[in-house]
Amino acid sequence: MNTIKPSRLLIAALAAIGLSTAAQAADTITVVSWGGAYTNSQVEAYHKPWIAKTGNAINSEDYNGGLAEIRAQVEAGNVTWDLVDVELADAVRGCDEGILEPLPLDELPAGADGTPAKDDFIAGTLHECAVGEIVWSTVYAYDTSKVAAKPTSIADFFDLKKIPGKRGLRKTAKVNLEWALMADGVPADKVYEALATPEGVDRAFKKLDTIKNDVVWWEAGAQPPQLLADGEVVMTSAYNGRLFNAIVNEKKPFDIVWDGQVWDIDLWVMPKGTKNKAAALDFIKFSTDTERLADQANYISYGPVRKSSFAKVAPAMQPHMPTAPANFKNPLQNDFGFWADYGDELNERFNAWLAG
Amino acid sequence: MAAVTENDGVMRAADGTPLKQALARATRINKTRAFLLTTPLLAFILITFILPIGLMLFRSVSAPEVAEAFPKTIAILDEWTGEGQPDEAVYTSLAAEMSDPENRFQLGKAGTRLNYMDSGFRSLMNKTVRRIKRVETGPYKDAFIKIDPRWGEMETWKTIQQAGNPYTIRAYLNALDLTQAPSGEIVAQPEIKQIYVTLFERTIWVSLGVTLACILLAYPISYLLATLPSGTSNLLMIFVLLPFWTSLLVRTTSWIVLLQTNGVINDILVLLGVVATDDRIRMIYNMTGTFIAMTHILLPFMVLPLYSVMKTIPRDHMRAARSLGANPLIAFVRIYMPQTIPGVGAGSILVFILAIGYYITPALVGGQDGQLISNIIEYHMKKSLNWSLAAALGGILLAGVLALYWLYNRIVGINNMKLG
Repeated sequence: MNTIKPSRLLIAALAAIGLSTAAQAADTITVVSWGGAYTNSQVEAYHKPWIAKTGNAINSEDYNGGLAEIRAQVEAGNVTWDLVDVELADAVRGCDEGILEPLPLDELPAGADGTPAKDDFIAGTLHECAVGEIVWSTVYAYDTSKVAAKPTSIADFFDLKKIPGKRGLRKTAKVNLEWALMADGVPADKVYEALATPEGVDRAFKKLDTIKNDVVWWEAGAQPPQLLADGEVVMTSAYNGRLFNAIVNEKKPFDIVWDGQVWDIDLWVMPKGTKNKAAALDFIKFSTDTERLADQANYISYGPVRKSSFAKVAPAMQPHMPTAPANFKNPLQNDFGFWADYGDELNERFNAWLAG
Repeated sequence: MAAVTENDGVMRAADGTPLKQALARATRINKTRAFLLTTPLLAFILITFILPIGLMLFRSVSAPEVAEAFPKTIAILDEWTGEGQPDEAVYTSLAAEMSDPENRFQLGKAGTRLNYMDSGFRSLMNKTVRRIKRVETGPYKDAFIKIDPRWGEMETWKTIQQAGNPYTIRAYLNALDLTQAPSGEIVAQPEIKQIYVTLFERTIWVSLGVTLACILLAYPISYLLATLPSGTSNLLMIFVLLPFWTSLLVRTTSWIVLLQTNGVINDILVLLGVVATDDRIRMIYNMTGTFIAMTHILLPFMVLPLYSVMKTIPRDHMRAARSLGANPLIAFVRIYMPQTIPGVGAGSILVFILAIGYYITPALVGGQDGQLISNIIEYHMKKSLNWSLAAALGGILLAGVLALYWLYNRIVGINNMKLG
């Protein structure tokens, strides 16, 4: 019996060494994003070159936004997501609540033209716990084969006389309230000021009331192009990249109305306590350099957040970017501070309004 | 025999111990063995079921964030009667606790909790935390009020005082469309924010409706299955089980394909000239869609218990009733139907309890008026992150189901339930 023991120990030791070296050679990180055409653009522009360069593996998962999973994982002490693509408001809130790792922003590579990272990133796209990737925007699109009068403004979205039929909107207060006010004549730069007052909120809901019975509500980003393609709605709000995918890649007869676009940014965050911190950080640095950000814009029409990436975006993609001059005439930047404060209250009212 | 019975008249086992003792030991061993065999299951249920539910319910009353972030301030504030502004000591202590770098993440959580009670509190906190660090010396009271006049208002301090209690029933009040005013009084939420009671009522009515629809649809099917020759009934059974084995999502999305405005059913109706092409019937993304899809998905849960009960009813009963002069209807109603009650009961309670917690189907096909209470629980779990409120809503739902179960037991009797 005693003769077996040492050999067993030896095997165990060898196995342990084997495992640990294998782990050093190839880490597997779990990268979570929004799925569909968007995740696909990240796989092409970030994942594949990074895997080729480092020999590490990436486990790509989809989610529908929000901090619930991150919070649950951090609180349970079992963090399985290494990197998550989140909206700005969630990055700020998650950082405040201590469920995200603070990131060493000074380690980010300088732009291709030598500009230091902190100057190369557009203002507001770097955060204590998050590094920006893309500028995206919520716009609305219509089916050119079904709509007789061509809509041109955000007010047209609310005009049932000009364009009868069902409309698609995301089932949340965000963007819908802003659009209601803009359609009601509030200029873009006064929208959040108005929404901070009870009268402004009442005004927005009153405007939404006018189309309430003609709205189909969607939740996942892949839904609105499908609703439009199925003829379930004649026009719908959607993320501009999803619409680009439907129009250019799937050749659908849709047209985008850029008036009143609400733009926002997406950022990488790291849940607190991730086991693959070094590899995940390496991925952040790699994926947000000038080349990678510019390359992502070749697969989907979301704008890069680095100034040095702008010029490198393929000319064919330039007119589809939310920040293209022709599209950026009446934009509204989503105010994360406003939504961090009033989001709970307004969504509560929105839900009650919806159910009532 | 001599070894078994000794002279004292006590019955003994083969080894000489009194028979009573031996028997008790044997029973005890058996009981222990039985208990040990069930321990894994017991532990499994405890760890994966009872414990998480308990922890979740605990969240509905627990709100420690503010007390953890500002322990000293809360202690001082406890003595404040609510008359006039709090004194300088409160402001000084709050300034110290806000400037403590160790406290950074506690502050964020406290801000979130206070924001549930009073919208805008999060930004007030963030703004104050950023600026109060730069104030080197007192008086802090004026510094606070200079940062934001709200720090001079009684409501702000009353909110903090209330939030300082680590246990609160606020989430339950909120779940019942009530709220606690800063004065401590419990009042109804403003009408524009009332939603949960409506949703609870709607959920119960939909669940009852779906249960009833399932009984009406499943009864004839089960009767057919139970009375046909086994070859045919086995084939029919496959048609019942096939959807039962198919993924819930697949079945729900199939209903979308069938019911949508440009879907199969509307296309056929237009083709037949029943409806005009501009006037297609709206059957999905509303309550109708939720009702149809839920009834279809829950139907097997009614068919299976009904079938297994009907299978055991001897046909002779009906024949005997007929031969004693009952016409077919009376024989069916008075002899057959009462014997199927255990099946109806089992199916109803299964369908009802499943329906009351349904959420994927309403989320996909419910549109705006077909949403149920579980959809709002999901919303608070995943989107708003107000887990206290989600836990309170879940707790009320759980209590409701238990109450209905109790009622069912009183009226029908749980022993009368037969699953097969």
